[in-house]
Amino acid sequence: MNFSDQDKKGWRLLGLPFIFSVLLLAVPLATMFALSFWTQDYLVLKKTFTLANYKEAWFEPVYQKLFNRSLIISMTVTFLTISFAFPVAYFISFYGGRRKALWLFFITIPFWTSYLLRMFLWKVILGYNGVLNSFFKWLGIITEPLTFLLYNSNAVIIALTHGWAPFAILPIFVSLEKIDRSLLEASKDLGDSSFQQFFRIILPLSIPGLIGATLIIFIPTIGDYITPKLVGGPDGLMIANMIQVQFSKANNAPLSAALSVSSLLIVGLISIIFVFLNKKHLRTF
Amino acid sequence: MYKTNKLLKIFVIGFLIFLYAPAVLLPIFSFNSSQVISFPLSGFSTKWFGQLLNEDTLHDALLNSLIIAVLSSALATMLGTLTARAASRYKFFGQKVTMGFILLPLILPEIILGVCLLTVLIQLGLNLSLWTVVLGHTLLILPFATLILLSAFNNLNISLEEASLDLGMNAWQTFYKIILPMVTPGLISSLLIGFVISLDEFIIAFFLTGVDPTLPVYIWSQLRFPAKLPSTMALGTILLIVSLILVSFFEYYRRRIEKYSQALTRGK
Repeated sequence: MNFSDQDKKGWRLLGLPFIFSVLLLAVPLATMFALSFWTQDYLVLKKTFTLANYKEAWFEPVYQKLFNRSLIISMTVTFLTISFAFPVAYFISFYGGRRKALWLFFITIPFWTSYLLRMFLWKVILGYNGVLNSFFKWLGIITEPLTFLLYNSNAVIIALTHGWAPFAILPIFVSLEKIDRSLLEASKDLGDSSFQQFFRIILPLSIPGLIGATLIIFIPTIGDYITPKLVGGPDGLMIANMIQVQFSKANNAPLSAALSVSSLLIVGLISIIFVFLNKKHLRTF
Repeated sequence: MYKTNKLLKIFVIGFLIFLYAPAVLLPIFSFNSSQVISFPLSGFSTKWFGQLLNEDTLHDALLNSLIIAVLSSALATMLGTLTARAASRYKFFGQKVTMGFILLPLILPEIILGVCLLTVLIQLGLNLSLWTVVLGHTLLILPFATLILLSAFNNLNISLEEASLDLGMNAWQTFYKIILPMVTPGLISSLLIGFVISLDEFIIAFFLTGVDPTLPVYIWSQLRFPAKLPSTMALGTILLIVSLILVSFFEYYRRRIEKYSQALTRGK
């Protein structure tokens, strides 16, 4: 095989980061994959191949329920975050004028607080004696505090939607910025209403940003540990909480690995199908 | 058109209130004299801030976090510089796959990174320490550093490099005297973003730290005790103010650089 000058120079630079990623990412992922086919008896690891962990992960109702809930939560969060983020990104891109950078700065400020504390504060907002309940009481809307606000999937959805907002706003903003404004002028001159303009030009052209935002939110949120643990209560726990429990407290690292691999497979598969379905949009524009 | 614009503005303001709600509560409760975190407020007090001065575990955790954040952001920026330079300057075999792989931690759930790193460490029989957290954080930050630096390197004008080589500088001098000064804003933002991400990261630190807690691990342990909540709020307020100062300073600096480079290209 012949290596060109470009190959040599490129790899001379990329060598070190590549070795780092192999050692700290490829090797650990492969080890986890191997571990998922082994079994653990208290602290002793038995290295004989078995599918028992996957059988348990896929067919036990406990885990099925957790997978379903995690999927529903992260899909809802993705949908909500993007629907809220789009108008905001649209506003900044089209009406931000010279202050676009300042607007983006304002949007990111709240996210410079610790993620842990932000999620914890949702507990304070949604709790029994929380901010919302005391506010409603003060307004006279309710006499007894609402209990359905905290410790369920909805609380997890609200907190995650908040936590991931900037990750949706930024990619959508970038794709809106890329739209050639003369296209809008042309369509206006040719008689499009603002409504038509939005659906025929702005929305289709922003699809790459929407796809980016979807993936960047959907994949990590399914593995969120902190939020369900803090605001989810027993009915709002997600798969990450089970992965952690199996790994540490239950001393069943192989099952934990099988659950991890399974969740990666599920999100990976859904993401690939999602990108494939939207291939048309990614290619045309 | 005017009407939709107005509706949109109302929506954006509503959304901003939603975004700011938790961050605004933080200082409110940290100056509230009551130990219970709820409304109505009972009175102004700074005692919770005073309490922080006597928490030795907190000071150790803070020091641990600062060491980890400095080391991992420096390491990630170094590796990110190599990656970004390779990707922006050369086209070579296996480039796309390797780049995709290096960027993978950007979307991998952190719990999975934590579990698989810990699995390997246990298999190798290595002890957990601050160093294992540094490695984990470097892995997590590297994609961010790479993306930031990639845009810095992509903006470089290749003819400046060629001119420098033509005028007799060697590759090292060119890198040191021409390329490096031009990507400095990128390097600084990479260091800063990496520092902030590492300082705030919980799950990987939770899995990979041994007996020494990092700041988020410490905060996590405090959230279980209602009596400790007000001082934890005070700690959060301090963190918020510090990161605001850092980010504002950075934003100001970035704009000055931008203006300066615009002036340069205009030939002023």
